[in-house]
Amino acid sequence: MSTVLFDTPGPRTRARHRLYALLSGVGLLALLGWFVWYLDEQGELEYELWEPFVTPAYVQVLWEGLLDTLAMAVLAILLAVVFGAVFGVGKLSEHAAVRWPSWLIVEFFRAVPLLLLIIFLFLGPAGLSSYWSVVAGLTLYNGSVLAEIVRAGILAVPKGQVEAAYALGMRKTQVMVTIQLPQAVKIMIPAIISQCVVALKDTSLGYYVLAPGLTTVGRQIWTEFGNQFQTAVVLSATYIVVNLLLTLLATWAQRRLVGERRPIVHPVDPGMGHGGPGLS
Amino acid sequence: MDDLLDQYDLVLQAFWLTIQLSVLSGLCSLVFGTLLAALRVGPISVLRAAGTTYVALVRNTPLLLVFVFVFIAAPNLGWFVGTPFLVKGVIAMSVYTSAFVCEAVRSGVNAVSVGQAEAARAIGLTFTQTMGSVVLPQAFRAVVPPLASVLIAMTKNTSIAAVFGLMELTGRMRYFTNNSADDTVIFLVFAAFYIVLVELISAGAIGLERRWRAAR
Repeated sequence: MSTVLFDTPGPRTRARHRLYALLSGVGLLALLGWFVWYLDEQGELEYELWEPFVTPAYVQVLWEGLLDTLAMAVLAILLAVVFGAVFGVGKLSEHAAVRWPSWLIVEFFRAVPLLLLIIFLFLGPAGLSSYWSVVAGLTLYNGSVLAEIVRAGILAVPKGQVEAAYALGMRKTQVMVTIQLPQAVKIMIPAIISQCVVALKDTSLGYYVLAPGLTTVGRQIWTEFGNQFQTAVVLSATYIVVNLLLTLLATWAQRRLVGERRPIVHPVDPGMGHGGPGLS
Repeated sequence: MDDLLDQYDLVLQAFWLTIQLSVLSGLCSLVFGTLLAALRVGPISVLRAAGTTYVALVRNTPLLLVFVFVFIAAPNLGWFVGTPFLVKGVIAMSVYTSAFVCEAVRSGVNAVSVGQAEAARAIGLTFTQTMGSVVLPQAFRAVVPPLASVLIAMTKNTSIAAVFGLMELTGRMRYFTNNSADDTVIFLVFAAFYIVLVELISAGAIGLERRWRAAR
């Protein structure tokens, strides 16, 4: 295996690497073993602390929390797709009066922290309920990110397609609706699914305004049982499993819709936004 | 608005705390993330797997839960009991952000084509020369835009520290918000502070890119 960093190793180097692998493997296992031992020592592995997660009534509550979380994320993404389509196309408009406001709105909501937005929607003049302030916040933020994805997706449609459509005598709206958008959507779907992971992780912010969802349910459980560590482990595991499933779906969609070639619109890093103004 | 002007020192303190959180977490994540990336592109299979696992686990966990681990769960284990909030915030932010830094750095290294290194070796450059004058300069250039995205997102993510009692910008906005018509103004003022920080990072990245731009 030759990489830019080092040449293909020969037999002696490979033997040395095997030794290092063995040593580091033993070291990591020892660290893990020590951690488990430490948890046991601290009494964190006691059955009572984990009991709620095998008690049907509490599993039911957690399951409902997960469903709430998923419902919020899905609703927010659906609304965000609409928001993103409107403002993504708006940013490409030929009219400056449409282009500039679209640009301003998209850049503003991309640069403002989601939590700040949620608090404003919850406590400010909008006075939304906790549920809707999270959904609206997620919609505005993810919609702005998706607007960029939509714009990039439309621009990624080969120019010849648009020129051919104009040559056939189609008008601007026709070209956008029948030629550019359908092809752009196909390119964008993997990126949209990746954005679902971001939205799903961000629903955890509902914790601050006590919106329904996993983290709020988790807080109720650990207030009752005092098992903060165990609850956090279970909640993280739930998020990780759901997100990995979504990532698998995105990869599958990528292969199915875009083909093996490299993605034209790069999926956004989960949770890390899509950069700020001026960067794309 | 009068509240903001009367207590402008509180606002500035909050801004300073956000800056501290961002700069310290940024530095820690850059160091730790680069080390992780070194593990992930290195030749030792076990360490590669360990790095991959860390990134997969952390990237799919919400930052809020990382904060829950550091601020709420760790004291149960007897850790971070008397640690200052700022330090705990930096720890949580760095644990999370370094996974993304790792991915950015790794993609930068992968962006350099193998042919470049092979050519460098073929003309007899040593390992240090290959790295120092061929591979790393190209990798740095490729890494600037994704790294800037990560740092911008991290700066915005510092707002989550407000949930756990740090009075940085978001916590302060919560404090000033009082159900009056002023709330929109207050929101816009605090948003402006974040926009300034985001624009600074963004401008820095664009500057670096321009400076390091090479003819290809």
